[in-house]
Amino acid sequence: MVIRGKAWKFGDFVSTDLIAAGRYAYLRDNLPEFVKHVLEDADKDFAPAALKGDQTYIVVGGRNFGQGSSREHAARLIKLAGVPVVLAKGFARIFYRNCFNIGMPALTVDTDQIAHGDEVEIDLKHGVVRNRTRQQELATGRIPPVMLTILEEGGVVDYIKKHGDLVFDEARTG
Amino acid sequence: MGMTLAEKILAQKLGHEVRAGDVVICPVDLALVQDGTGTLTFDVIRQLMGKDYLKHPDRAMIVLDHLGPPGRPEYAAMHKRLRDFVKATGCLLADVGEGISHVVVSERYVKPGDVVVGADSHTNTAAGMAAFATGMGSTDTAVAMALGKQWFRVPETMRFELRGGLPVGVSSKDIILHIIGTIGEDGAVYKAMEYGGETIRHLSMDARFTITSMAQECGAKLGLFPSDEETRRWMQRHGREKDWRPLAADPGAAYERLIEIDCSALEPLVAVPHTPGNVKQAAEVEKEGIRVDQVFLGTCTNGRLEDLRAAAQILKGRRVAQGTRLLVYPGSRWVYHEALKEGVIQALEAAGAVISHAACGPCPGMQFGLLSDGEVCVATQNRNFKGRMGNPNSFLYLASPATAAATAVEGKITDPRRFLA
Repeated sequence: MVIRGKAWKFGDFVSTDLIAAGRYAYLRDNLPEFVKHVLEDADKDFAPAALKGDQTYIVVGGRNFGQGSSREHAARLIKLAGVPVVLAKGFARIFYRNCFNIGMPALTVDTDQIAHGDEVEIDLKHGVVRNRTRQQELATGRIPPVMLTILEEGGVVDYIKKHGDLVFDEARTG
Repeated sequence: MGMTLAEKILAQKLGHEVRAGDVVICPVDLALVQDGTGTLTFDVIRQLMGKDYLKHPDRAMIVLDHLGPPGRPEYAAMHKRLRDFVKATGCLLADVGEGISHVVVSERYVKPGDVVVGADSHTNTAAGMAAFATGMGSTDTAVAMALGKQWFRVPETMRFELRGGLPVGVSSKDIILHIIGTIGEDGAVYKAMEYGGETIRHLSMDARFTITSMAQECGAKLGLFPSDEETRRWMQRHGREKDWRPLAADPGAAYERLIEIDCSALEPLVAVPHTPGNVKQAAEVEKEGIRVDQVFLGTCTNGRLEDLRAAAQILKGRRVAQGTRLLVYPGSRWVYHEALKEGVIQALEAAGAVISHAACGPCPGMQFGLLSDGEVCVATQNRNFKGRMGNPNSFLYLASPATAAATAVEGKITDPRRFLA
């Protein structure tokens, strides 16, 4: 699968408070309304641009993207805004699992090599991010096999509906 | 070769040895949601199972700690949905006023050696009693509730050896702030932190839970304390001595990294806006003369009995400064009752504090104690991200209960030691 879009750059340590602010918790059962505020406290211009729908944006973060609260609404709102993939130097662990569970890949890559507005192309199968603006290829960090399995099924709900259980080949059970 | 505490808990649960890096599918002893994450969790359970369903209703818990009593009709609707789910499934409920999920589950349910997950990032607080307790998203928690199990990657462990006694005015909050300031907010991503060394024998359970609640703030999966005599005494106090057992890492366990901390050299610390790793000495911050509008005492990090006592020790017979408001949210109903019996609540109230019900209070920034543009708050909570207390244009500092109390008295950020000499 190849994904293309325009990079929207964010800094290091973007917290889930910046992505899905607590003051909008009353919208947590109303994500189509909540999405109008996604990433608002990190960059208030992002949500209106992403929701215009005439351009696919790739969210590009720095260190420890998605740190803080477990609120899965953060990952869901980014996906709902039309973002197909999140790139960062590193991810907070709960946010990382949340992304794959809802069928949105999160890839580690040296995001210093991507500038705001660069055209990027992500080749999930080969683990490569191509910066088409800079004519540069960036290697992504390895996606753990379990996460890849979940992603290939479109998320963990579809995975369990298909398999009826958690049955990863590489996992050991009691 | 010996096992780390994280490896050992999972190995005992599974009945075979495990090593860091293994992927395991493990039974879950307790899965919890709170009112901010519960409705999404139960949406996912319906998608998975076609109905409101729990594999083990007696191992699933809803705690209404973030949004109650509701200040908006949307919150009331969320609470109604969660209570209806309790009726449909028979799961455990801690209703408004019972306290913060992490405080309540450790008091009432969690046992050393348990595997606990929850749709709240501070679920790792319960690791203070040698439980493999970690936060997850709503979907992962839904899977755990529906199937009674979850998959985990066995984490590598960073071992923290604590040596030396804590000086007067320095608490376990200062230990964990020191650690986060040293290793950074991504200093332990995906890892287990494990605490050992002579100092931990002298750390109370309340002090340990403060440290383990903030494992998330350096990216860790959890931060573990062994189960020892102090754990036994504390569980006895909560009427659960029969659930206690000793549990510790094996000698010769393989650690990814060993970090020694001389606790006798620590000072009162403050995390300044806008990250928990932005740590400075309280004495240095005091020189800046930062005026404080609100002081908040409470949360899963510092809302326990000893925390309220530490604040009351400073506030007793004194007054909260004019122009500063002090908000107190006890961590649980048990904490509230004990603090009343001891006169701690009375001392705080007499000093001018607003005493609220047992709940998360202003920490998640959803409806209580929110800040206005430019306002400054010193809180005993665990994170101070921009916007955390409901306003991205406010300024949030993290500190111990003693530092918060001294700050309330002075109306500006204050090193507590001169109140304790």
